[in-house]
Amino acid sequence: MTLTSKPADAEPTAVGGPGATDVERAQKRGPGRDPDVVGLGRGRASLFVAPALVLVGVFLVFPALWTLYLGLLDYSLTGASAQSPTFIGAQNYTDALSDPAFTKALYLTLLYVGFSAVIGQNILGFLLAWYFRTAPRAVRTTLNVLVLLAWILPGSVVAFLWQALLDRRDGILNTVLQTTGVAWTNDHPMAVIVIFNIWRGAAFSMLLYAAALNTVPTSHLEVARMAGARPWQQLRDVVLPTVRRHVLTNTLLITLWTFNDFTPFLLTGGGPNHESETLPVYIYSTAILHGDLGYGSAISLLLLLANLVIAVFYIRLLRGGDDGSLKAQQRAERKARRAERAVAT
Amino acid sequence: MRKPRRVTTIVCCVAVGALLSGCVASKKTKSDPTKNVGAKQVSLTINANDVVGGKNAAEANWINNYVIPGFVKAQQAKGVTATVKFNGAGVDDEQFKTKLELGLKTGNSADVFSGDGIWLGELASAGYVKPLDEVVGKSAASWDGWSQISKSVQQNMSYKGKVYGIPNGTDGRVIYFNKKLFAQAGLPADWQPKSWDDILAAGTALKKVAGVNPIQINAGTPMGEATTAQGFLPLLAGTGKPLFDEASSKWQGASANVTSVLDFYKKIYGGGLGDPNLQQDKAGRDESFADFSKGKIGILVEGDYFWRSIICPDKTVCNTTAMASRNADVGYAKIPAEKPGMGINGQDFVSVSGGGGWLLNPASKFPQQAWELMTFMMSADAQTNLAKAEIRISPRADVNATTLAGDPLMSYISKTILPITSYRPSDQNYNTVSVAIQEATAAVVSGKSASSAASTFQSILQKAVGDAHVETG
Repeated sequence: MTLTSKPADAEPTAVGGPGATDVERAQKRGPGRDPDVVGLGRGRASLFVAPALVLVGVFLVFPALWTLYLGLLDYSLTGASAQSPTFIGAQNYTDALSDPAFTKALYLTLLYVGFSAVIGQNILGFLLAWYFRTAPRAVRTTLNVLVLLAWILPGSVVAFLWQALLDRRDGILNTVLQTTGVAWTNDHPMAVIVIFNIWRGAAFSMLLYAAALNTVPTSHLEVARMAGARPWQQLRDVVLPTVRRHVLTNTLLITLWTFNDFTPFLLTGGGPNHESETLPVYIYSTAILHGDLGYGSAISLLLLLANLVIAVFYIRLLRGGDDGSLKAQQRAERKARRAERAVAT
Repeated sequence: MRKPRRVTTIVCCVAVGALLSGCVASKKTKSDPTKNVGAKQVSLTINANDVVGGKNAAEANWINNYVIPGFVKAQQAKGVTATVKFNGAGVDDEQFKTKLELGLKTGNSADVFSGDGIWLGELASAGYVKPLDEVVGKSAASWDGWSQISKSVQQNMSYKGKVYGIPNGTDGRVIYFNKKLFAQAGLPADWQPKSWDDILAAGTALKKVAGVNPIQINAGTPMGEATTAQGFLPLLAGTGKPLFDEASSKWQGASANVTSVLDFYKKIYGGGLGDPNLQQDKAGRDESFADFSKGKIGILVEGDYFWRSIICPDKTVCNTTAMASRNADVGYAKIPAEKPGMGINGQDFVSVSGGGGWLLNPASKFPQQAWELMTFMMSADAQTNLAKAEIRISPRADVNATTLAGDPLMSYISKTILPITSYRPSDQNYNTVSVAIQEATAAVVSGKSASSAASTFQSILQKAVGDAHVETG
């Protein structure tokens, strides 16, 4: 709803002037003017979207509200409060915000997301796509298969393979490095799950960036080369501006996925001593293992809110980007007009 | 146009939410003992944390090969066609408990299932299980097997004076040690420590033997209840004060006793006498079993379960951890108090016992037939048959009289350990407190001081059970 109402309400009056671009005119022609573009009529149009809305309502809106409601109860899997939960207001929510375990889990989640997704998967995915863009077909295919394998294997299988890799006694890593008895998951739990997630998720970024890099016009790159731009300069001034939106979309997606990722549990179980207990793992251990369903629901809702904040942040960035380039265009046009006037006088 | 619609949506969602909120509370079904009492087609399900070829394999085999065919045959004689299914699992007890509770909550649980006595307070107060006389009526009290089961063992399956199930036995905790390693370290084969310091001294001696992890006393969260029952509680009993004071209904907080137990942990895991990694690994307890069976651990505190189901000589029962030379190589000793005479009731030696049993799902379609199945499983014949595959302390005195004599440790436990043992509280908060205990030991293992772990323990406890129920130290 905010999406459709935004252009009509927030548009500054100056933009609609004679200097308006095609883009702006297209935006002006929003639903406010002629909502029935297809000619279906309100009733039939509603009929078409109804199934989708029902699905969204049943599987997204309702569970979210349900979680909110459960979070207000002193509700547990066992004990007396399983039989007759009592309403305790916002206590679960206030408890969570002052709970050091929650704050720690949130901090670890941010570390996990920041290092494994935003930095790790993004950069590794981009580099793979960039360096293998010009590689021979056979090399590219082999690489694609290898990277995709990490992505398409079921999480439980992958976790089992990694346990075999990192095992303290007969692990592959200890054998290769000839380090006996190093307990990788106990000594460096966060590093282990960060590296694991980079390895697992880089495939998605690579695919997305490989597609994005194809949209960079070769002519632009040739011009840049002729102007003497070094590879780094080509990357910075030609490639990155073109794929900027892809970078944001990719970062948005992998951030949200990683934020809700439960796979660390399969590797470290949140341990040792909560050292790798990210929010989804914390929710699982609170709600399911310790049976504290009300409190678990409250944290789940906070996790949902954190997701929303991230999503809104990225969407703002994406849209802000449009406004920015528009403004720059307007500035350039104004400058040109001023120059014209100066020439005329 | 837009605004009213948004309001309608919100109102609708809230209304639906309010309507469904009745679903949160677990359903209060009225039990009917006469339900399907004369049915000719009966189907029942048994659920236990047993799996063929894995955890508690002997019991799984017994259910599949003795209980089910035997029960089906007995029903056939009465003209009833019975189908009995066994749903086994081979996971950590905590996971089994969660799965069980989720099943009971959603009404998908087996008719007859096994459960630990310490879960009963929670299960009963949640309404997941009900007293036997409510579920099956008069036939519960008239079972002839009760006369063979002692009051203290019946207590394991009782809550607030009501019997909820048939106990399937009891156990006791002792110290196991590897006699071969003891010989190498110059320690006696008939070792019996008289204080905690004796244990530490033996650990120091064992440390000199290459490649040996001297002492394994369970700690940390991955070990779950094994940390509390096999580690913390026997030690706490050795300081003379129980965890829970029934009279004042108070749990011990950061008392001197709790702190000195945690300090003992510190001396072991901070002093190189134990392996902290074993306490932190997800499958640490299984690893400790494997290590002991390979002769890599000197001293290990466990229940008789370890003797009969982990290191027994029979490979078909104990799989990879079977020890062919168990009877010659493995010694056992009583757990000492901190210092002689300091234990609970002024005892020199202490132990902790527990025990589970078979429970009946109150939502069972065939309550009478499920009860018949339970009594069949706990009959003297069936219990004797189970003891042949895996010796254990049966709840039945008549069975113990004939089976225990054949096994040195089991008769040691029933004669020497059970008289000095203590039981865990049946309070419904027990499992929450137990988790706090595991967290406290985990903190010590990962390097925190005993006093800081104790004060964290106290604050977690105060939050979980309320200030009024914690005796602050």
